[in-house]
Amino acid sequence: FQGHNLQELRRSASLATKVFIQRDYSEGTMCQFQTKFPPELDSRIERQLFEETVKNLNNYYVEAEKIGGSSYLEGCLACATAYFIFLCMETHYEKVLKKISKYIQEQNEKIYAPRGLLITDPVERGMRVIEISIYEDRCSSGSSSSGSSSTTSSGGGGGVANRGR
Amino acid sequence: MSVMMVRKKVMRKWEKLPGKNSFCCDGRIMMARQKGIFYLTLILILGTCSLFFAFECRYLAAHLSPAIPVFAVVLFLFALATLLRTSFSDPGVIPRALPDEAAFIEMEIEAANGNVPQGQRPPPRIKNVQINNQIVKLKYCYTCKIFRPPRASHCSICDNCVERFDHHCPWVGNCVGKRNYRYFYLFILSLSLLTIYIFTFNIVYISLNSVKVGFLNTLKETPGTVLEVFICFFTLWSVVGLTGFHTFLVSMNQTTNEDIKGSWTGKNRIQNPYSHGNFVKNCCEVLCGPVQPSVLDRRGIVQDQNGLAPLENSTPPPGAVTTSPLISRELPKEPVTPQDVRPEALEMSTSAPKKSEGSRGKEK
Repeated sequence: FQGHNLQELRRSASLATKVFIQRDYSEGTMCQFQTKFPPELDSRIERQLFEETVKNLNNYYVEAEKIGGSSYLEGCLACATAYFIFLCMETHYEKVLKKISKYIQEQNEKIYAPRGLLITDPVERGMRVIEISIYEDRCSSGSSSSGSSSTTSSGGGGGVANRGR
Repeated sequence: MSVMMVRKKVMRKWEKLPGKNSFCCDGRIMMARQKGIFYLTLILILGTCSLFFAFECRYLAAHLSPAIPVFAVVLFLFALATLLRTSFSDPGVIPRALPDEAAFIEMEIEAANGNVPQGQRPPPRIKNVQINNQIVKLKYCYTCKIFRPPRASHCSICDNCVERFDHHCPWVGNCVGKRNYRYFYLFILSLSLLTIYIFTFNIVYISLNSVKVGFLNTLKETPGTVLEVFICFFTLWSVVGLTGFHTFLVSMNQTTNEDIKGSWTGKNRIQNPYSHGNFVKNCCEVLCGPVQPSVLDRRGIVQDQNGLAPLENSTPPPGAVTTSPLISRELPKEPVTPQDVRPEALEMSTSAPKKSEGSRGKEK
């Protein structure tokens, strides 16, 4: 698969299929994702890189939901101001979510787009899944998309990812 | 093709969200559809407090201390702020699965179930997860097309899955879930204190004034007192009781929903895997822990099919397709099980009306 940057990817590649990394609830209701390597990505990306990405994301979420001195302080301060303080201040969680967005964008640019993959920020999927879109290079003739074709998304034609219907 | 700048009003995602919520202020405020009882709550709080400030406070400030009305105002504003915050914010709604995701999960389920012989009902869709050495079952939600996270439940009144679902409260006109539970708790706590405060000082006022001018004359001077005492008396029993109950729940890190279903009690049941075992730790986590921002993105702008913002298109396509989680409402609903019906039926039917107030709502 030729190297593509994100823009080119959307224009010249067509969406072949999507993989959804589910939540890992073994530690409780904390936001964590499974690090199990999906078979569909087998031929597209090294296992090591994928696991690295998910582990880093999990660490970010742990940081966001950390219960400790500073989170209590924030909670108590907010309570004392009857939560009006949130009109001008960003919560710790929101700050970490911004960091996560940046990280995902960076990962997409450096690692995933060159391999024809695209990670969607879990925040856009209600924190339920990490959606990884697998693109098929339109120019390459008849190259098989990796993994099970039964999850091919509807349509999939036309150089832009139609994530909707 | 020239670009005609069709100045169409920007459509925001809240307009396309499924579920039975109602939105105000262009998506900033989110509530349930039935708001009647919420207005009653506001009227009662506002009415009773106005009477208190108008009548008794003048006497008490003059004869006892000016600190009394000041403290009442602080309590009143705090109760109001927490009420509005509870009512207007997103309780922790889980957006529905997009078609791709739903199909992926269906495929996984079918793979797990194997071949079901003709005529037999397929096994219930349940996933087992181990949390803290306990096995917790995750149920599949047919409406939202997801496996519900632990402690989440589907509210049939609002038609949404809500994280850490506690109950649907008609008095605040919204579900109580992960994101607004602490505001709800602080609301009933401050309302209890406010009720006790007003009740006490009404009694004090009546006693003091009766000594001078007699009981009946006191009531004639300030007829509102009778109404206040009446409302406070009934509110006391219900709200204080409710506060006590929720204090118990908070200390055990349980939800009303779990308590009603008896998830963690009884023989052969697993113990609550979410409790830290420590009263203080549980309280701190529930009341002072970090709050996840809303994942609903109510005020995001709806993009049309081509993924471009509406103004870039010359003519907006009819019925713009959104990228927000959308499942057609015609899809069959999940079979309602008794367990799902009960929490919603428990509409906190504690009798006494409450005091309420109606000032400007806040965001979120």
